[in-house]
Amino acid sequence: MNYKSILIYLIISTLYLLTLKLVWIILSVLQGLELTNITLETNLILGLSLSLLSILFGNKINLLIKNLGLSLVFTYVFYVINNVTPLWFYFGIFSIYFLFLNNIRNYDLKYLNQPHVIEKVTFKYITLFGIVFFSLVILFPFYIMLVTSFKTQASLLMNPLDFSLDFTKDFKEFFKSYIVVFKTYNFSRYILTSTIVSVGTVAITLLFAIPAAYAVARLNFFGKTFLSTSILIIYMFPAIVLVIPLYTIFSQLGLRNSISGLLIVYTATTLPVAIYMLQGYFKSIPKEIEDAALIDGHNWFGIILKIIIPLSLPAIASVALYVFMIAWNEFLFSLMFLDNPKTFTLSRAINYLAGDAETPRQFLMAGSVIVTLPILLIFIYFEKYLVGGLTSGSIKG
Amino acid sequence: MADKLSKIEKRTAYALILPAILLVFSIILFPIFANIWISFKEVELKDIRIPEPRAKKIIKSIPEDPTKLIIVYKLRNSSLLENITDVKLKDKLPANIEFINIDPRCNFKSRTLFCSFGEWKAKYRENLEFIIYNVNGNSIDKNSLKSKKPKLSGKADNILLTTNFTLNNFKKVFFKNDFKDLLLTTFYFTFFGTLGAIIFGVLAAQLVNQKFSGRTFMRSILLFPYVGPVVALAYTWTLLLDPNSGTLNAILIKFQILDQPINLLGQKYLTFQFLGIDLKLRLALTTVIFFEIWRYFPLAFLFVLARLQAIPKDLYEAADVDGAGPLNKFFNITLPQITAIISILFMIRFIWNFNKFEDIFLLTGGASGTRTLPINVYEQGFAISNIGMGSAVSMVIVLILIIFMISYFKLIGKKANEL
Repeated sequence: MNYKSILIYLIISTLYLLTLKLVWIILSVLQGLELTNITLETNLILGLSLSLLSILFGNKINLLIKNLGLSLVFTYVFYVINNVTPLWFYFGIFSIYFLFLNNIRNYDLKYLNQPHVIEKVTFKYITLFGIVFFSLVILFPFYIMLVTSFKTQASLLMNPLDFSLDFTKDFKEFFKSYIVVFKTYNFSRYILTSTIVSVGTVAITLLFAIPAAYAVARLNFFGKTFLSTSILIIYMFPAIVLVIPLYTIFSQLGLRNSISGLLIVYTATTLPVAIYMLQGYFKSIPKEIEDAALIDGHNWFGIILKIIIPLSLPAIASVALYVFMIAWNEFLFSLMFLDNPKTFTLSRAINYLAGDAETPRQFLMAGSVIVTLPILLIFIYFEKYLVGGLTSGSIKG
Repeated sequence: MADKLSKIEKRTAYALILPAILLVFSIILFPIFANIWISFKEVELKDIRIPEPRAKKIIKSIPEDPTKLIIVYKLRNSSLLENITDVKLKDKLPANIEFINIDPRCNFKSRTLFCSFGEWKAKYRENLEFIIYNVNGNSIDKNSLKSKKPKLSGKADNILLTTNFTLNNFKKVFFKNDFKDLLLTTFYFTFFGTLGAIIFGVLAAQLVNQKFSGRTFMRSILLFPYVGPVVALAYTWTLLLDPNSGTLNAILIKFQILDQPINLLGQKYLTFQFLGIDLKLRLALTTVIFFEIWRYFPLAFLFVLARLQAIPKDLYEAADVDGAGPLNKFFNITLPQITAIISILFMIRFIWNFNKFEDIFLLTGGASGTRTLPINVYEQGFAISNIGMGSAVSMVIVLILIIFMISYFKLIGKKANEL
C-alpha cells in the first residue's frame, strides 16, 4: 500500500475543496450573508473525511449514487454544524461537494498505487486550482462592475459587502443608473460618437490598407524591403511619443475637439498593423488565380476587387475586428484631443465622469458596463476572427 | 513587353501604396521629427496658440439723425504675450456710404475701408469709431453693414517656428527631475509586469491545453481583461481596491486577514518583517504591476497556447512509453518548445510596457511612487504645461526604445518574422 501518495492526495484534495468552499463563502458574503460561525477546523475534517470516503468506496458502487449520496450526507452534516439560514447557500455547498466528487471520481486505492501517481495527482489538482483561480480573478472585477451599477452609493457605503440585488423593484427603479446615465449624462451621444469613430476607423483603414498590403505582398517595386521593415518599426512606435507634437499641430490646425481629427490619428496608428497582417495573408493566396485573371484582361484594381478581397474575407474580418477593438477602447488620444463634452467618446466621457468626485459610483459603473458590453459581445460572437486578429497583430497593445 | 509590364507594375504599386504612406508619414513620422524640434525649445502650452489680430464690428444708430450711423471696430491682440507687427484691416461697406471723420491710419476707397496699424503690443486693445452717412440721404441698411466681417492680417512670431534652440529641457530632465527614480520605477514596472504576464500566460495556456469540460468557455473568458476597455477596467479596480468602501478590503477585514484597511493604490511603501528583517515594498507600484499583469497575460496566453497546440502529439506518446511523469514531460518536451516564443514575447511586451501610459494614469495618476517615464511626459507637457519638457522626456523614451529595438532585431529579429 502506497501511504505516501494517499496522504498527499488527501491533503491536496482537502485544500482544493476548501478553496471551492471559500470562493462560495465569499460570493455568499457578498450577498449579505453573515457567515461568522464557519470554522476552518470543521471544514478541514469534513474535507479529509469526504476525500477518504470517496477513495474507500472507489468503484464498488454506482458512481452517480455514490456522488449524490455522499454530497447529500455531507451537506446535511455541514448544515448541522454551521446552521446558516438560507436554503440557496446549502444548494451551493451541495453542488460544490458533487462537483468535487466528480473531479476525483477516477481515484481509488488501486489508482493511487500506480507509478508517478503523486505527480499526476498534483498536476490534476493544479489544473483544477487553475480553473478556479483564473475564473475568479478574471470574472470578479466584471461581476463587481455589473452589480455595482445596479446598487446605490448610500447602500454601498453603508455595507460594501452587500451586493445583493433587489429584483422586486420595478423596472425604472432597477435600471435607474442606466436611465440617469443616458438622460443626464448624455451617453447616447457618446455611444454614437464612439460608434462613428470606430466604424469610420475600420472603413478608412481597410480602404487604405488593402491596396497597400496587396502591393507589398505581390508587386515588385523599388524600396519594397525598406517599406516592409519600416512598417514593423513604425508599428512598434509608442503613442505617448506622438502625443505632444500631434497636440501642438492639431491645436494650430484646429483639429482638436473634432471627430475627423480622431479618425485621422486612429487610422494612421492602426494602418501599419493592418498592412502587416493583411500582406501576410495575401501572400498565402496562390498566384495562379491572379495570373489567369490578368490574362482575361483584368487590371490590378479588378484583381484586388474580384479575387483578393473575396478570397481573404476571413483575414479582412480579423483585421476589421481588431482595428474596431483598438479604436473603441482607445483612451490616450481621446484624453488629449477632446475637452469639449460634445465630441467625447465613451472612454473619454467615463474618464470625465470619474474626474468629478461627486459622481456616484453606480453611474460610473453603469457607464463602464455600457462601454464594455458591446466589445465583449462582439468578442464572444466573433471570437474566431478576433482571436485570429489578436494573434497576428496584437504584439502591440 | 516584360519591361513595359514591370514599369506598369511599379507605377501601380506606388499608386496603391501612396495613400497609406502619406497618412502614416504625416501622422507618425512627421510628429516624431516635430518632437525632436520641440524638445530643444522652451515652449509652454499657452505659447502654441498663434497670436491673431481680432476685430469685432458694432453698429450704433444716432437717434437724432437716422441717415448717420456709428461703426465701432473693437480691436484686440488675441495674445497676452506676443506682439503682432504689420497689422492691417480691410472691410468692404455697402454702396453710397461716405465717412465723416476718418482716422489718419485709414483710408476709404472704392467702398473699401483700409487701415494699417503697424505694431500691436501684447494685450493691445482699441475701440476705433467712425461716423458714416448715406450719400443719397436715405437711412442706411444695418444688416448689409453687419453682414460683411472685417478681414485682418498681421505678422506674429510662431514660437514653434523660430530657430532659437536650447539644451535647458534636457538638462532639467536629467538633473532636476528625479531622473534616477523615474527610470528605476519604469524599469520595475516594465520588467515585473512583463515577467508576471508571461508566467501567468504560460500557466493559463498549460491549463487550457488540458482536456476538461468548459474548456472553450475558459478560453474565451481568459481574454476578457485584454479585450475590455482600459477605462472601464481601471475604474472597476479602483473601486474594488478603495480603502474606505472597497470590496477587497471589506472582505479581508471580514475574514480577519487584515485589522485595518490598506490603501493599495495610495500608499507608497509597505513595511513588513520577514525573517526578522524589515522590508520595504513599493505597494502602489506593485498593485499597478498586478493590474498590468492581469490585463496583459491573456496575450502571452494566446501566443503560448497556439505554440502548445502545434507541438506534435507523438512526442508525448513517446514519453509515455518511456514512463516519464508529467513534470518530466513539461520540462523536457513542453518548455523547450515554447522558449522561442517566450523570448520574443518578452522583448515585445517589454517594449510595450515601457511605453504604457493609460493603465497607470487611470489607476494612480502617477502618484504614490508610480511615476514612470510616459506618465512624466504627460505631467510635464499638460499638468505643468511645459510642452518642451514633455517632449524632452519623450525623446529620452525614444532613445531607450531605439536601443531596445536594435538589440531586439539583432537578437531575434528573424524569428519575429516567422510569427
